[in-house]
Amino acid sequence: MAGMLGTLAAALIAFAVLALAGFAAPNWLVLVATLAFSKGLVALGIVALMRGGLVSFGQGTFYCAGAYAAGLAMRSFDIGDAALLVALGALAGLILGLLIAPLLASYRGIFFATLTLALSMIVYGILNKTYSLGGSDGLNLHAPTFFGYRPAGSQQGGYALFLFASLVTVIAAALCRIHFDSVRGLLSLAARDNEIRLEYLGASVRFVSGINFVIAAVLAGIGGALSALSLGHIDPDFAFWATSGEFVFLAILSGYVSVTAVFVAAVLLELVRSFSSQYFPNTWQGALGVFLLLIILFLPGGLGSLVPRLRLGAKGVQAPAGKRE
Amino acid sequence: MKLAAAILIDGVIDASWLFIVAVGLTLVFGVLNILNFAHGSLFAVGAYAAASAVGWYYGGELGPPFLGYLLMLGSALVVALILGPLLERGVLRFFYRRDEVVLVLVTYALFLILEDATKLIWGVESYYAAEPYGLLGNISFFGLSYVSYDFALIGLALATGLLLWFGLNRTVAGKIVLAVIHDRDISRAMGVNVTAVFGFAFTLGVFLAALGGAFTAPKISVQPGISITVILLSFAVVVIGGLGSVEGAAIAALFVGFARAAAIHLVPWAELFIVYLVMALVLAFRPEGLFRRSAARTI
Repeated sequence: MAGMLGTLAAALIAFAVLALAGFAAPNWLVLVATLAFSKGLVALGIVALMRGGLVSFGQGTFYCAGAYAAGLAMRSFDIGDAALLVALGALAGLILGLLIAPLLASYRGIFFATLTLALSMIVYGILNKTYSLGGSDGLNLHAPTFFGYRPAGSQQGGYALFLFASLVTVIAAALCRIHFDSVRGLLSLAARDNEIRLEYLGASVRFVSGINFVIAAVLAGIGGALSALSLGHIDPDFAFWATSGEFVFLAILSGYVSVTAVFVAAVLLELVRSFSSQYFPNTWQGALGVFLLLIILFLPGGLGSLVPRLRLGAKGVQAPAGKRE
Repeated sequence: MKLAAAILIDGVIDASWLFIVAVGLTLVFGVLNILNFAHGSLFAVGAYAAASAVGWYYGGELGPPFLGYLLMLGSALVVALILGPLLERGVLRFFYRRDEVVLVLVTYALFLILEDATKLIWGVESYYAAEPYGLLGNISFFGLSYVSYDFALIGLALATGLLLWFGLNRTVAGKIVLAVIHDRDISRAMGVNVTAVFGFAFTLGVFLAALGGAFTAPKISVQPGISITVILLSFAVVVIGGLGSVEGAAIAALFVGFARAAAIHLVPWAELFIVYLVMALVLAFRPEGLFRRSAARTI
């Protein structure tokens, strides 16, 4: 219980700090951070799966579902409120996740990875040919309102969206932390260590994986809706394998130990991207590849594993997390 | 009837290059336990190398036209001999014994690096090397006209498959490779130089990818992005066939070839995803693929 209160307090402080920082920061940085948070949410879903020993290479499926749910609600039903649109994105992720989870929950390792990849490519293929949804050109979204408030200019709109994205992110992150520390959440770590042992202890690995999958789908749906609002445009590339690959990259970079690390990693990656795609458009992906190799080689637990290592290192204790990949 | 014949022939032609590429992927997985995401990039490098070599050869009219085929084979070999040892010794060996999924990520990183490396070397414009494609003339079946080169490609795929089957099952070196596929720890205990087998198998895998690329190059415009299509298709082929199975790769390549050809002729809009649909269906009923016995789950 004390842990839960601590998490909530940390979430409140984080939101206050973000709100102030966003107010002071230049407009471009606010936009970058908004996008980074929405992508971080998707990566957080992969982290939830990773805790159970699974990696999805197809989170683009749900990311795309969330984005299109928001986009279509705005276009067809004239819903303009950010909170409602993001809730619809989450709902789209939830429904799709509940439908697919029973099919995928018993797959492991690379079979899980390739199946999720295949699903996302099916979605990508269908969307590209569905001309009523804009085909490969996609759809444009207009600026949303926030609980009835309509921002005056694009600068105010950017800050309002950032504030909203921060709120959603902080809430999702806090809920995830609480879930990860709960009994059900800890079962995932046990499944990761040894599935057979967990089965013999009376828990269902399939069920644990299924729950994690649905959580990941909902988070990806929220992330997709937020991305759609912050980019103002959606297209089938949301479900493309490279998009999903980027989320996996983020999850590996941050590791599964710390929730905060996911968003730190997301902001870092977005910053690196916006600088390097401007200055080295032809080599930045390669640099990303080298970076990924180095992380896997030297920091298999990700950035997040640094935190407990530092904390415990001071007491002279070996860090428990981040030893296994 | 004519439509059925067209689907059949197009499917087999498509399956031929798919098989050459996918069998390399499945071999590398069998031996090293690595599902190589960078396989498509190796295909692309092979295609670029062959296109450059062919362009140089025919551009200067340096010799008899038929030697161009030998040149394509040679360029695939050169690519394999450079990149195989470089990637295996230089990168992959540091990651052996890691989880399969982590190894996919490692090769994903390699893929990103190779993608940019090819862009740096060959630029972003398209390469055409059409001369070898027309060299063998045309033939017609059921009133449908085909380029003979496509049938030569089927021959190449058959030869590759037979050679590989013979090498694996009828030679001592092949038996050793099979032993390593079966159990690398026991093989090592029996005195097999597993490290050498890894290096050899990976280089052979690179060669097969580059070979597929080199002989597909005359049919297509070689440009950035082909590696992605190729890796996703050959992923589907090896997963449908069962990872690590050579026969599976052959059957699955035909499967995928027919599915694609049928989609192009009957439901063109489904061409983009029919392969993944087939893959999802196969995996839903046979999670290990068509040709792989279910392994006992170990701790």
